[in-house]
Amino acid sequence: MTPRFLRLAALLLALAWGFAPHPALSAKDELVIGMTQYPATLHPNIESMLAKTLVVSATRRPFTAYDANWQLGCMLCTNLPTIENGLAKLEDMPSGKKGIAVTYTIQPGATWGDGTPVSTRDVMFTWEVGRHPQSGVAAAEFYRRAYKLDVKDARTFTLHFDKVTYEYSAINDFQVLPAHIEAVHFAEPMEYRNRTRFDADPTNPGLYFGPYRIVEAKPGSHIALEPNPTWYGEKPKFKRIVFRAVENTAALEANLLSGAIDYIAGELGLTLDQGIAFEKRHADKFQVIFKPGLIYEHIDLNLDNPVLKNLRLRRALLMALDRQAISEKLFGGKQPVAITSVSPLDWVYDADLRPVPFDPKAAGQIFDEEGWRIGPGGIRQNAAGEKLSLEFMTTAGNRSRETVQQVLQAQWRQVGVDIRIRNEPARVFFGETVTKRRFSAMAMFAWVSSPENLPRSTLHSQEIPTAQNNYAGQNYTGYRNDQMDELIEAIEVELDRDKRGLLWRRLQALYLADLPVLPLYFRADVFVMPKWLKGVTPTGHQNVSTLWIEYWHAE
Amino acid sequence: MTRYIVDRIVQSLAVLLVMSFVIYGLIGLMPGDPVDLMISADPKVTAEDAARLKALYGLDRPLLTRYGNWLKAALGGEFGYSRLYAKPALVALGPALVSTTILVGISFVLSLLIALPAGVWVATRPDGPADRTVNLACFAGVSMPPFWLAILLILTFAVGLRWLPAGGVPTRSDVGLGEQLRHMVLPVATLTLLQIGGYLRFMRAAMIETLRQDYIRTAQAKGAGPARVLLKHALRNALNPVVTVVALGFGGLFSGALITETMFAWPGMGKLILDSIMGNDFNLALVALLFATLLVLVGNLLADLAYAWLDPRVSFTEREGGP
Repeated sequence: MTPRFLRLAALLLALAWGFAPHPALSAKDELVIGMTQYPATLHPNIESMLAKTLVVSATRRPFTAYDANWQLGCMLCTNLPTIENGLAKLEDMPSGKKGIAVTYTIQPGATWGDGTPVSTRDVMFTWEVGRHPQSGVAAAEFYRRAYKLDVKDARTFTLHFDKVTYEYSAINDFQVLPAHIEAVHFAEPMEYRNRTRFDADPTNPGLYFGPYRIVEAKPGSHIALEPNPTWYGEKPKFKRIVFRAVENTAALEANLLSGAIDYIAGELGLTLDQGIAFEKRHADKFQVIFKPGLIYEHIDLNLDNPVLKNLRLRRALLMALDRQAISEKLFGGKQPVAITSVSPLDWVYDADLRPVPFDPKAAGQIFDEEGWRIGPGGIRQNAAGEKLSLEFMTTAGNRSRETVQQVLQAQWRQVGVDIRIRNEPARVFFGETVTKRRFSAMAMFAWVSSPENLPRSTLHSQEIPTAQNNYAGQNYTGYRNDQMDELIEAIEVELDRDKRGLLWRRLQALYLADLPVLPLYFRADVFVMPKWLKGVTPTGHQNVSTLWIEYWHAE
Repeated sequence: MTRYIVDRIVQSLAVLLVMSFVIYGLIGLMPGDPVDLMISADPKVTAEDAARLKALYGLDRPLLTRYGNWLKAALGGEFGYSRLYAKPALVALGPALVSTTILVGISFVLSLLIALPAGVWVATRPDGPADRTVNLACFAGVSMPPFWLAILLILTFAVGLRWLPAGGVPTRSDVGLGEQLRHMVLPVATLTLLQIGGYLRFMRAAMIETLRQDYIRTAQAKGAGPARVLLKHALRNALNPVVTVVALGFGGLFSGALITETMFAWPGMGKLILDSIMGNDFNLALVALLFATLLVLVGNLLADLAYAWLDPRVSFTEREGGP
């Protein structure tokens, strides 16, 4: 045989091996999860991003998290600190103010994937990274409040906070970093965000201590995970988990139908209308779970607008909307109408509150009384002949929102209010228009929050974005009410649950009375999964379902 | 010839310099900056955080100063870090470039291999049944929206027949070449089908025009066979306008396969450019767009050189010596 023949034979063999069925894992050993975004970074503490949270939550655990029943509990810690169990203690700070010292103990078996135990050395390192102004950690407020860290032993530490809040034991965003790997790259803090191994070497097993660890990351395409042998908890059932990013939801659906992916993550998958249509067509093969949660769809009103600063007119605008009909007709009744920003699933929700009723006749009467009477063409105008015309903005290209927007426009038109739609791409809408309060009247979008989430950033008067505060804060409406400010301050420091509940009721009543925002509904996430997949429990809040991925299994 | 190429390279560098300024300026003028986006996504980012982050990312400095710093570093071979990928911009660009080169390269070659012979073939049968059928198919290909064609192919071959995978990249790195090729079939087919129509119509039109020329009749009168007339006399001349279109299109393909890449989750240049612009990743967007510009310039240069090869009347000597 000549060398040429041998080379040809080798080539043919290689090709045949390539085309032959590969000795892959059986379908039930591998779970391919589809989502619409690829994480920009895998570092748990730099930037907040849902795609990252979904992946990272399978590979590590926060100290504390809210579970599917919206109860705060320990994950990486052994006991949730409370004042009652003595792990949280009120203390006097050097400034004379009251602070709180909260003690946590790391789970005994917690070990990084390379065999190094998770220890207080890691906790100290994480705290130092978070506190360093050049580390690139975006939201550093937690680290400013946690002004001191005492290490008791290799597994126990105490955080000292400069303010006593009802969330004193919740350190959900304090994600421990592996000091034995990351410390050397933090030598130059300014370069840390560029040198962190989470992005430079994401398959390093020492970065993970959760049920799975990342074994492959193909930027823009997929991230593959396999069980972490050092995981101390329930043994994960799948031998391989793949997070696959398919940005286009139509293609995502087609991938599911073709078997290229098994499950579409509800947190970052199909829109509700797509989910409803999918369920109608494929309910025989897939289970579709609609989980309403803490995604609050609403219309922010610019309260500097001469029309919208009038409370009666704001109320009339809401009375002209049949939100129940929108929820039923467009979303199959799967998105509950919002009365305020507090979800009906949250324990602080006031069930006695009644929504502003749909009453176009009464709305018209209010407009008349406020001097806006029906004029030529059926549009209301005031004594000066000015038309009652408002600009209404939302994210261009979001089909679901744009449909709702058109229905709202038609309903307001019925009571003589002219609505001018001006939508913008999300990049511009959120990057400039909303954040810098450059919408003239109404902006429709959603907030995602956690259980018992205090609306400080959206309702406190100190949180109105201005050039002076670098446009930080999310009180985009420009709402100012001393009573609301006082309630927010009071709730934040009230440790007694019952008393706090009462304050929350007052806050909701004030919200409903003032209507700085027009509430629409609480959005539902759509989880589309094969019937054999069990154990997935949607939470409806920011602590995503993959935090319990070790319980997922095929049946 | 050499002088001409050197001139063109110098011109290209000047264009790249101007483009870098234009791109940097345009991205800088876009509403909002990375920190504004962070604030809108995370309620826990305070005013203090915003000021700190703007200083950290250099966003508190004027645009011109930032551009000056970038240019100085770029001339020293340092193109900065990608904020989105937390890697040097060139490193982040590399895998996307390889992915797109594979996808675009194969579809480009395939579309030319199909379009050019088919264009010549139907040009010899103008207005016949074959010509009409091919024309119809071309118009369908040209006018079909890429996302629709992609979904159609996915639904037919991945969902319906289950012959091919719907996604662009295998989710296991240890699969064989065959499996990798199977994943490429649909995205390559989509891009190829979209390109064939345009190239085929150009080739057909150019060939029909050439076949009407006097020298073709002369060649036929001199007794040259149909194949010789077609391939020796007509094709070379007809290729001139086609080369221009192909060369211009080649550069654009690298950044223009965005929809196909998105539909098939193919991590290529188009998606990278879009993500970097939308995510306000200055360094990565600049490098990626400059690279796309460079490819267009190279495409043009190659087209000019191809003219000389295809048509001996085209010469660069006049430029070299001057009038």
